[in-house]
Amino acid sequence: MADNGSKNKQSQGKGELVLQDVTRVFRLPGMPSCTTLKNCSFTVPRGSLTVLVGPSGCGKSTLANIAAGYDHPDSGKALINGKPVTGPGRDRIMVFQETALWPWMTVMKNATFGPTMLGGMNKAEAEQRAMALLEKVGLKDFKDKYPAQLSGGMQRRAELCRALVMSPQVMILDEPFRGLDVMTRELMQEYLLALYRETGLTMLFITSEIEEALFLGDRILVMTNLPGTIKTTVEVDLPRPRDFKVLATERYRQIKSEVMESLYEEGAKIFTKLDGAGDLMGSCRAES
Amino acid sequence: MARAATMTSASFGYKTRKFFMSKHFTRGSLAVIGFFALWQAGSMGLMPFMHAIPTPVTVAGAFWEFMCTGKYWQSWMDSTLRVGYGFVAAQILGIPLGLGMGWNRNFKDFTYPLFELMRPIPPLAWVPVSILFWPTNESSIAFITFIGAFFTIVVNVLGGVSAIPRQLVDAAVSFGASPRQVFWRIVLPATIPSIVTGMMVGIGITWNVVIAAEMIAGNTGLGRLTWEAYLAGYTPGIIVGMISIGLAGYVSSMAVKMIGDWLMPWKKVF
Repeated sequence: MADNGSKNKQSQGKGELVLQDVTRVFRLPGMPSCTTLKNCSFTVPRGSLTVLVGPSGCGKSTLANIAAGYDHPDSGKALINGKPVTGPGRDRIMVFQETALWPWMTVMKNATFGPTMLGGMNKAEAEQRAMALLEKVGLKDFKDKYPAQLSGGMQRRAELCRALVMSPQVMILDEPFRGLDVMTRELMQEYLLALYRETGLTMLFITSEIEEALFLGDRILVMTNLPGTIKTTVEVDLPRPRDFKVLATERYRQIKSEVMESLYEEGAKIFTKLDGAGDLMGSCRAES
Repeated sequence: MARAATMTSASFGYKTRKFFMSKHFTRGSLAVIGFFALWQAGSMGLMPFMHAIPTPVTVAGAFWEFMCTGKYWQSWMDSTLRVGYGFVAAQILGIPLGLGMGWNRNFKDFTYPLFELMRPIPPLAWVPVSILFWPTNESSIAFITFIGAFFTIVVNVLGGVSAIPRQLVDAAVSFGASPRQVFWRIVLPATIPSIVTGMMVGIGITWNVVIAAEMIAGNTGLGRLTWEAYLAGYTPGIIVGMISIGLAGYVSSMAVKMIGDWLMPWKKVF
């Protein structure tokens, strides 16, 4: 039994997520139907940190929900290690945009909730694992605090721990650092990279910030505007571990302009749709 | 949760002392004293329309007389019991009903229309039916009190369940919680703030209702005491009754607030 457990642990955290021709159409009564995703396909390779960027409202969260199993595609499918996703599961843990910590549980209770579910680990074992993670993100002394007693950044770190303690096959992070101030955000990115380095989990990170995408990702998937699909895939071959110095390199600038180019094309589509102001696109480019 | 609760009870004496020395207590006392001073001045002829109102000093005298009688304390006892029965029964039936309606769509489909049909009927409109239906006067007053708190708690709990942020439930499902575990460990605690709000509002309503019900149907209680003083034309007695009702309501709200703070160590009631 124990032997099985350790074997399991080793194989955990290195899942592969594949989306195949996913189409999702939202139909609301009295409104024209909205094709949010159309034939969207991509792969998040084992142990990679893949970042999805796209203009706001392009279906990023819908994609995340489908991968997590909260939502179902109208056609196409999501696969984890080749097995189709049918609903939410312990192999895919999502970190949400808004805090999803349970306010009535202390940080430790939040972090051990998952592992102790469904006859998982016993309490002591779960606490030990959670403690190791909390220590890494500097929350050791805050384990008995309630979420409301923590700062925004601390809450996000607690939430990362709560997800990581599950060693999911794939971790899905849906704009997890949105709304944090710049300093905290940069700090959180470094925490995430440190945790990624240590655990090697497969991560799908969703953001609308190019800098964040470049700093974190192995590869960047750029999404098109509605209906959303993957427009380009950019390999980020910047060396790890990364720190702020990477921002000054020539390679960083090259990749950034490549990503921006395709993002602005998408962003500008909205404007051209609105009033045909094609030269807005030009001015965006000039600025970059 | 358990730790927070024991901490509260261990430092309770200290906290009480600290409260009586705090600026919050001073401010509240000043307002109460100021009110009585104004009243005294008013009924001494310094304000119009107040000639029929006895002065606080007269009322204080009447208060003392009342307090020396067994009937006064019996009235407290009777009203408190009626409020207690009605309030507790409303929570016991209302909280599960609200949770059920919020948690299970089918159950809501069955119960909600009937519930909404009954809700607008004021507690006092139940008095005649209640007297006819219940075998004793006591049970019919307790029932009317129950009606007062019941609809409030159900609406609050139902609203609370519906307002649970989706991601709190989604996260638990992802972590492998069964529907049962989601209900007991996520939905129920997430609803506690709404339950406490419902209780806070409900306890006030039950006191309103019990007094009115006693005036109509009761032979005893603080409401009846006030009404009898009016029938006897004894004005200071009316005011003693009113102040007693106010005190009773205040004390019970404090008790509910303490229960609320104990139920939710992660946040204060207010």
